[in-house]
Amino acid sequence: MRERFLMIVTLMAMASLPLWLGSDYYINIASQILIWAIFALALNVLVGWSGLVSLGHAGLFGMACYTGAWLLEAGWGHFTAVLGAFAMTILVSAIFGALSLRTRGIGFIMITLAISQILWGIAYRWIGLTNGDNGIIISARPTPFGIEMDTPGVFYIFTLMVFLLTMLIMAIFYQSPFGVSLRGTRDQSRRMSALGFNVWLIRFSAVLFSGFFSGVAGLLFLYYHQYVSPHVLSLLNSAEVLLMVISGGTGTLLGPVVGAGLVVVIKNVASAYIERWNMLLGVIFVAIVIFMPEGLVPGTQRLFRWVFARIKSIGAAIKSEAS
Amino acid sequence: MTLYIILTINSITMGGLLFLLSAGFSLIFGLMRIPNLTHGALFMLGAYFGVTFLRMGVNFWVAVIFAGIVLAIIGGAIERLLLRRLAGQELAQVLVTLGLAFIIADACLLIWTGDPIPLSAPESLRGVERFFGIVFPRYRLAVVVIALIVAVGLWFLLERTRLGAMIRAGVDDPEMARVTGIPVSRLFTIVFALGAALAGVGGVLSGPILSVYPGLDAEMLPLALIIVILGGAGSLPGALLGSFVIGFIYNFGQAFFPDLAYVVLFLPMLLMLVLRPQGLFGKHPS
Repeated sequence: MRERFLMIVTLMAMASLPLWLGSDYYINIASQILIWAIFALALNVLVGWSGLVSLGHAGLFGMACYTGAWLLEAGWGHFTAVLGAFAMTILVSAIFGALSLRTRGIGFIMITLAISQILWGIAYRWIGLTNGDNGIIISARPTPFGIEMDTPGVFYIFTLMVFLLTMLIMAIFYQSPFGVSLRGTRDQSRRMSALGFNVWLIRFSAVLFSGFFSGVAGLLFLYYHQYVSPHVLSLLNSAEVLLMVISGGTGTLLGPVVGAGLVVVIKNVASAYIERWNMLLGVIFVAIVIFMPEGLVPGTQRLFRWVFARIKSIGAAIKSEAS
Repeated sequence: MTLYIILTINSITMGGLLFLLSAGFSLIFGLMRIPNLTHGALFMLGAYFGVTFLRMGVNFWVAVIFAGIVLAIIGGAIERLLLRRLAGQELAQVLVTLGLAFIIADACLLIWTGDPIPLSAPESLRGVERFFGIVFPRYRLAVVVIALIVAVGLWFLLERTRLGAMIRAGVDDPEMARVTGIPVSRLFTIVFALGAALAGVGGVLSGPILSVYPGLDAEMLPLALIIVILGGAGSLPGALLGSFVIGFIYNFGQAFFPDLAYVVLFLPMLLMLVLRPQGLFGKHPS
């Protein structure tokens, strides 16, 4: 009951955010957080639930951005562009999965990294196709059902709806037999194949699922900025989203969302004061991996438990002294 | 015809530089089972240290050696202070090397600014040599010779010394090596420092050819990854062969398919993954 109440309050607060947040700047940051949260949730399907750490997810995200931008630039409508972007992202995810799933663990990291670097190289070098470093500008956001999305508030509401839908699908997916068997392949892959599950197919489907939502985030990103450049495919981008997943905590559904909020806020606040976001990102990365490897959400819980246990034991010691 | 000759010379030079980069990367990967994602950044850092030493008026070769020593100390420190704390957690170790790569790259930008810095080759190696009517730039020849000397030196170290035998044992089977009393943890530090030193030396040597610029790290790291996937982790001959193969593909690809230079680089790696996941000379699938 209390949880449901909390959820409704949170939802109402999120939905009414453009009304009380006032400044467009903060509404835009809220939109950014939601977009990155969708991307982080997508990556978490692999990192958290499948035990496959991808360091090349910017490749999938960027494919959606670029395909959408190309189609729009070539004069196609928004509907075709979105559909085409999804088709392309799924196709690239299939290739991505087929190649990278030949390995596990460290090998998986290396291959995903290499694939995304190649895609980055194409975007950067094949100037005839991608306009190189200058990127592609798209002229307008779509108008679903005739609703204009030019103001930050309306775009935020749209993003929020997509985000909530993603959360819902992720929650259903996590509980579903498929989600359970996916976690089975993470923890006991041999036992799973002994039980007759096709481990490769389960993982491959997870890559496609993750790729699809990376594409959702990529398209939102494209429409948010109305611009795409090779940066979306960069290693920095892959590393940032991985940091979101790891910093928030991979085990939970909320972890990646918290991580996305944290990283986006730090990035925006930090860039107002310092120029060196990359260095700060690196420092946070190293610190979290060394001191809170399970992520902020479970890590903070552990820290609190530890502190409480210490206080209790000290209290008990004082009591026993007194008696 | 001249174009082909120039491209061939450039490819061989590039192969030599890539070997300096990937030999250490491969040994670290083979022994510690982690792809050291800082390696590209260490290469760049070495080059920037070379810039600083040269500006202080030091002789080119002394600058190369100094950069190697500084990088060895940095590499050893990274292994001892950070990676050691995460012993056995390969994933965490990889992530730490990634974080460090960002820190180093950004620190370089802060200290040496964003402008590309060309290094000048040492006085004695400017100009060209002629053999059979073909013109060879002297400096490029010297780089290839140095790479080959390093290759022979590493081969000697690995195959003919006690330390090398211990490293090979560690690459083949770390648990069993530990059981027989080989100090595998200390080998980690040594190999990491050695790999960092080689990357630093390669960085300075690459200066007169590639010049030093921000982003050099991100350009070199995927090359090292591709070479190690091709040659096999922990294999010196694999790194040597892979470096020259990639050197050729890189230069010829850029000349003939400039738009698709990266795709052309990627193809041999893809084939290797499909046909022989452990690489040409590797013992474990990566």
